[in-house]
Amino acid sequence: MNKKPILVIFPHPDDESFGVAGSLIQWSNQGIPVTYLCLTLGEMGRNMGSPIFATRETLPMHRKQELQEASRLAGIKDLRMMGYHDKTIEFEDKDALADVFIHVIHELNPQLVITFYPGYSVHPDHDACGAAVVRALEKLPSQDRPLLHCVGFSHNIVDDLGKPDVIRDVSDVIDQKLAVLAAHTSQTAPIIKELKQNPSLQERFKTEEFWTYSFDQ
Amino acid sequence: MKPIEQHLVQPLIDTFKNKQIYVHLETTNGAYATHTDQTFHSAGAFIRNAQVEFSQGKLTGEGPFRVGLKMELGWIYAEGLTDFEIDEKGRLLLAGHNREGKLAIALELSEHPF
Repeated sequence: MNKKPILVIFPHPDDESFGVAGSLIQWSNQGIPVTYLCLTLGEMGRNMGSPIFATRETLPMHRKQELQEASRLAGIKDLRMMGYHDKTIEFEDKDALADVFIHVIHELNPQLVITFYPGYSVHPDHDACGAAVVRALEKLPSQDRPLLHCVGFSHNIVDDLGKPDVIRDVSDVIDQKLAVLAAHTSQTAPIIKELKQNPSLQERFKTEEFWTYSFDQ
Repeated sequence: MKPIEQHLVQPLIDTFKNKQIYVHLETTNGAYATHTDQTFHSAGAFIRNAQVEFSQGKLTGEGPFRVGLKMELGWIYAEGLTDFEIDEKGRLLLAGHNREGKLAIALELSEHPF
């Protein structure tokens, strides 16, 4: 791959950990700069730590620190916390959001953008984030448009879109990836415990799958 | 947070009585509930910084607890509350955590905007 930046856009701290952290670590190891726009601080999360250590009011502060640590472990040098509020992305003005993304795309000239596949990503924030990224890229002339890889996990995604066309083996960095996941302590402590007790569950974290978004549809 | 006890929390609610206060109220079953169980009807509500004044506020139940706030023109209530805290800003935080420790409901009162 060339060394042009990669731009990752997700709504919640920890969205980057499950689906793409292994790819981010590999790119970072190759010297490819990654910029991560994290739209919210996951203020509305239901997990308050296990055992509970956060309140509704202190959760954003904890999740901000977790996000900074997770980003450091994933090799992300440019983390931008965008200040939106959890669970409100779908109620924001989509074009205004797209314009924020276009501004960053003009600044970075990325080779690749990563987000959620709109309509196939279960959480309304995921779908709205992906839809605004698609809108942003649609506004660019096709020759200036970076490649768009989408993460998705709704039950109907394979029926509708077919299998993911990009499958990346990240088993060589699985320990680092799990460390990124573990950094989001307030959210992931029970999952990390399970993965340690039953290492076979780690298998699904060893590949990362993406659907390349086609703008001709 | 600490487990709610009637004799500790009722006096705290009373300190917010007959004042212009700000309320945070939310209920949630999580954004993935229907993904996990397709028969599940996901529902929730969220209001932050509603400015209200109540003349009577009551904590009831044996635990989980309920709180009702009577306003001049209406009501606010929350059920399923289990834990409370007065935070460093003097706000009364009430929360209901389910068996897995996940937040199911929050009712918070503050004299200043959240």
